[in-house]
This record gives sequence, C-alpha cells and structure tokens, in this order.
Amino acid sequence: MSLRVLVGCKRVIDYAVKIRVRPDKMGVVTDGVKHSMNPFDEIAIEEAVRLKEKKIAKEVIAVSCGPTQAQETIRTALAMGADRGIHVEIPAKEMEKLEPLHVSKILAKLAEKEGAELLIVGKQAIDDDSNATAQMTAALLEWPQATFASKIEKTDGTLLVVREVDGGLETIKVKLPAVVSADLRLNEPRYATLPNIMKAKKKKIVKMKPADLGVDTTAHFEVVEVCDPPSREAGIKVEDVDALVSKLKEAGRI
Amino acid sequence: MAVVNQLMGTFSRISRPLVSTHKGWRGQPQNLAQPWLSSVRHSSILAELPETHEMLRKTCRDFAEAELQPLAGKFDKQGLYPREQVKTMGDLGLMALAVPEEYGGTGMDYLAYAIAMEEISRGCATAGVIMSVNNSLYIGPVQTFGSEKQKEEWITPFTTGEHVGCFALSEPGNGSDAGAASTIATEEADSFILNGTKSWITNGYESEATVVFAATDKSKKHKGISAFIVPKPIEGLSLGKKEDKLGIRGSSTCNLIFEDCQIPSENMLGAPGMGFKIAMMTLDAGRIGIAGQALGIAQAAFDCAIDYAGKRMAFNAPILKMQVIQQKLADMALKIESARLLTYKAAVLKDEGKPYTKFAAMAKLAASETATFCGHQAIQILGGMGYVSDMPAERHYRDARITEIYEGTSEIQRLVIAGNLIKEYQAL
Repeated sequence: MSLRVLVGCKRVIDYAVKIRVRPDKMGVVTDGVKHSMNPFDEIAIEEAVRLKEKKIAKEVIAVSCGPTQAQETIRTALAMGADRGIHVEIPAKEMEKLEPLHVSKILAKLAEKEGAELLIVGKQAIDDDSNATAQMTAALLEWPQATFASKIEKTDGTLLVVREVDGGLETIKVKLPAVVSADLRLNEPRYATLPNIMKAKKKKIVKMKPADLGVDTTAHFEVVEVCDPPSREAGIKVEDVDALVSKLKEAGRI
Repeated sequence: MAVVNQLMGTFSRISRPLVSTHKGWRGQPQNLAQPWLSSVRHSSILAELPETHEMLRKTCRDFAEAELQPLAGKFDKQGLYPREQVKTMGDLGLMALAVPEEYGGTGMDYLAYAIAMEEISRGCATAGVIMSVNNSLYIGPVQTFGSEKQKEEWITPFTTGEHVGCFALSEPGNGSDAGAASTIATEEADSFILNGTKSWITNGYESEATVVFAATDKSKKHKGISAFIVPKPIEGLSLGKKEDKLGIRGSSTCNLIFEDCQIPSENMLGAPGMGFKIAMMTLDAGRIGIAGQALGIAQAAFDCAIDYAGKRMAFNAPILKMQVIQQKLADMALKIESARLLTYKAAVLKDEGKPYTKFAAMAKLAASETATFCGHQAIQILGGMGYVSDMPAERHYRDARITEIYEGTSEIQRLVIAGNLIKEYQAL
C-alpha cells in the first residue's frame, strides 16, 4: 500500500531576521520582513519526498494556511518535490489570530477529504513555538501520533518511529493512518534545484477558505501584550574562585 | 545654461522614435513607457524579484553559504579547482542556466543567471568564474549560433557539471584588439587545421571542449575570423603552464597552443567570417554574468566589513559607531545597489530580446568598479586584519581585480558605451 501524505508547511519570519516588537505591543513587525518556510516543516516536506522516492508514498500534498504569500511557501515545497499544493487562505490581518487548534481542524478536514494516510508536520513553528498542531490534529482525527521523530521506517501497515525524548531515544510503533511531527535530526532538507523550481511552476495549487472546510476560525484567546525579553545585564569579573563562590552565595545560587 | 541648451539641441536631433516625448527633469525626454518596466512579468522588478527568481536566489545562497563560503579560502590558498562543488552546481541546474530544457538545460532567463552568478560568487568567486565561462562563453555561442546537431553534441553533455567548456579569443599579442587574431585556420579537404596560441583561457585545464576563434581569411581582418568548436584533449593542442594569478586562484588559466590541430569542417560555428560577430555577441551576454560575479564579490566584501565593524572595539565602542566607518559602508552599499539595478536592467533587456549591449557594458563596468572599491574599503575597515589572510577581505580584494579586466576591460566598456552613445545621438 503506498500512502498519500499530507504535509503542513507554515510561512514564518525567516530564522535569520532580527525580530522587532511592534510599537503597539500587540505583535511583531512582519511588513517588509523576509519570510520563509518554517525550518521544521522543510524537514517534514523532505521526509515526505524521501518516502515518495522510496515508493512508500504515492503522492505528497503540501498545505499552507496563510495570506497570499503563503503560496510562495507552497511553491518551495513543490520545488522540493511535493506533487501539489493546497492554499487555505487566511487574510494577513487574521493570520496572527490563527491558533494551532484552527490549523489542526483544517488539517484534519483536509486529511479526511484527500484520503491521506499520513500527516507530517514540523514539531513546531519558529514564530509562535506552540508545538501543538500535530498533537491536536491526531486527537481530532483519532489517529495515533508520533511526535519529535528523528527516524521513520515503514513496516506493514505500521510506522516505526524513533523519537527524541528527554534522556535518549524512544522507538514506537504506530498504526497507519498516523500523524508524525518532524524533529531537527530527521533529515537534512535538499536544495530546491533550478529545474525543479521551473517544474514547480506547472504544479497545481488549489485555493480554499477555512469556511469551505467548515472550520470556524474565531479566536479562542486574546493577546494582551507582546514585549521584548528583558535585556541581559552586564556581568562582573571576580578575582579568584573564593570570590566567585561568595558572590554566588550572595546571589543565593548555591 | 549654455550646456543645457546644447544638450537640448542634441536631443532634438535624435532620430529614433521615442515612445513618449514627456519632458522630465531639465527637459530631457523621458521614455516613460520603458517596455522592460511595463511588462507584466517584470513589473515589480525594481521593488522585488519575481517569485521564481527569489526561490532561485534562496537555493543559490543556501548552497553558497553552506558549501562554498567555508571552502573558498582553501581553494584560493591551494589553487584547488572545486570539482565536487562544480558537480553539485550542475545538479542544481546552475551550469546551463539559460539553456532550454530539451538540451538538458534549466530553461531560465538571464535575470536568473545574473542573480545566480552573484550568489555563487558571494560564496566563492572561483566557482563563479567557472560557472560563468561554461554558461555564457562556452554554451552561449553554441546555443545562439550552433546547428541542431552541434547543440545536441556540444551543449547537452556540458549541462551537468561533469564537463565544462572554455572560450579562446585572446592571444598573447592581442587581447582587447580581438580582430587582430593571428591564430590561423586553414581549410583542407573536410577539415580545418588550426595553428596559433590563445591565451588567458579560464577552465583551460579542466575543460573538455572550447570555442576557438581563428582567421580563415587574414586579408579580411576581423571579417575573416571564424569560430570553431574544438574537443579537448585533441592531437595538436597542448596546454601552457598554469598561470599564477592574483585572484580567482581556484580556477585554471593557461595558454592553448595549436600546432597543426585538425578538426572536422562541421565543427565550424556559424558561417565563415562570422567569428568576430559571434565573439562580440558572446561577450555582450557574458558581461551580465561578470557583472553578477562582481556584485557577489562586492557584497561579500561588504558583509565582511559591516560584520567586523560591529564587533571591533576601539575607543570603547564598536567602530561601526564612528561616522567615518558609516560613510564608507554607505558608499559601498550605494554602489552595490546601483550596479545591481543596472545588471538587472541589462539582463531583462536581453531576456526581452531588446538591444542591451550598452547596458551590459554599463552593468559590467559599474559592478566591477564597485567590487574593486568595496574590496579596497573592506580592507580599510578591517585595518591590519584586512591585510592578512585570516579574514576573507584580502581575497575579495584580489578576486575583484580581474572583473575589471576579463570579458572587456573597464576601458573597453567605456568605449562600448561611448560607441553606442555616438550612434544613438548621431553625434559623429
């Protein structure tokens, strides 16, 4: 049985950008800021494409929820080897109110609609660091979940997944269909080669709205304030170990 | 005022039709509806690149940062040809970027090529020149002037990074004066016999084919020059010593020495006597690539300088806080952005099939002088650290220098620009 794989890919502020808080303290500056695909989602796409190359997957569908520019993210996924894309349109203004639960509901609906047997997402997005979408989608679909995957192997009707847990590696077996979230060491994503960038232009991206999937995106929580982390205070130099120990004692650290 | 009047007088004599005669600043006619600005595809190129080109930039930058930049110093110091990296560049589709897919190329345009050249050269100028020679100097003329059979035979194997080609125009006795070729091709039955020496051949050692220019009819001077595709190695062709160069030291440069080198007649590129035209048109396109390379070197020098200036403490503050350093960085960035826009303009004009010779010369001139300027200023900002090879600034400075020399020196670019101006204004 070869699988149809659905992969989530989020458009986030590029990892190399220095984040600035907006003057109204209700979010961060996104206008004119470089965006790219969430690095963990790149790993998820790469894994799906590798499954296809090993003939374990028959089709890879890349999904992104976001404003028009999310199509660029999908196009990157297509250039890496995904077969087609689904763009769930969320206007830019509503994007920062979009919660993991909304995305989970969208992904769950799409997984059912497309007849996907495997959903892979990055373990978290580097903008809000929620680390919740994979888990909630699995719950909504009542599928097993294998989070923080660092290795995926398919055996008959099941996946053997090595997970990175505190203190070591855990190997679990999950029945398909299943939800997997990709950790950093699962693979090293490939470059989108130039010929594949050209081919990606011809691949299809279907556009839809959350309402088309019957998903209500009303916010469940309210942002009260977004602020910079406290700036680090300068350290002091001590003469010797004794001075260090007494300073640490003074500070109540030992 | 007299000068302005004189200028106005000049403009009134322009015979070419202007799309709009709207008078702009100081009454100069402005071509408001510049086609390259109004086309849908490139409508926003002044503000941001088309999506495909942004994706390509990302691929090239990620590759250059991960696989070229960390090794560029080693290639330079040891004079190593980056064979493995060139192969990867082939896999990425960089070695035959503007070649249609049916010949095994990537099927992208010259704007894409300019961007890719910048990003690759930003990581390693040596990799940049190898890519440039294969794309525009070797494949370029075969693609434009080759027969169907020649394209299949001489382009497709050179698209993957496995094999690279080179371009042999200059000679020990003539560089800028390319029309004075002393290499001779004598026709004999179904073949040509080549005799003479070609110099400054980039990729000379590694290449497995070369486009050579030789006189088939010496009496016709530059109209008697023809172009040939010569496989390498071949009997009668030997290589000179590897030149010991100031910069781009990872690429090989040498003489190609032809002594009764026999090649089949079918290897002639284009018609007899077309060689000079082929060479000039090839260099026009090549200049866009070299402009890209120069931009990459300039940008790398700038990156190195601003990073260092932010970290280097003097007088209890990072030197970046000093206005004298800020001025230098502002000038560098200004020149880079200006040259980049010119380069994009030249590339887009070429892509749209419009005359671009003048703009390619302007782009190459602006970008290469920018590279030299930025390399110089970067060293100045780094001070002693800029002068030693622990930091890359001195390599950028050395690499920059060649961009003002090959594919037409800065002086030749000015002549090309002026020649076009004289034609446009019918001033002579």
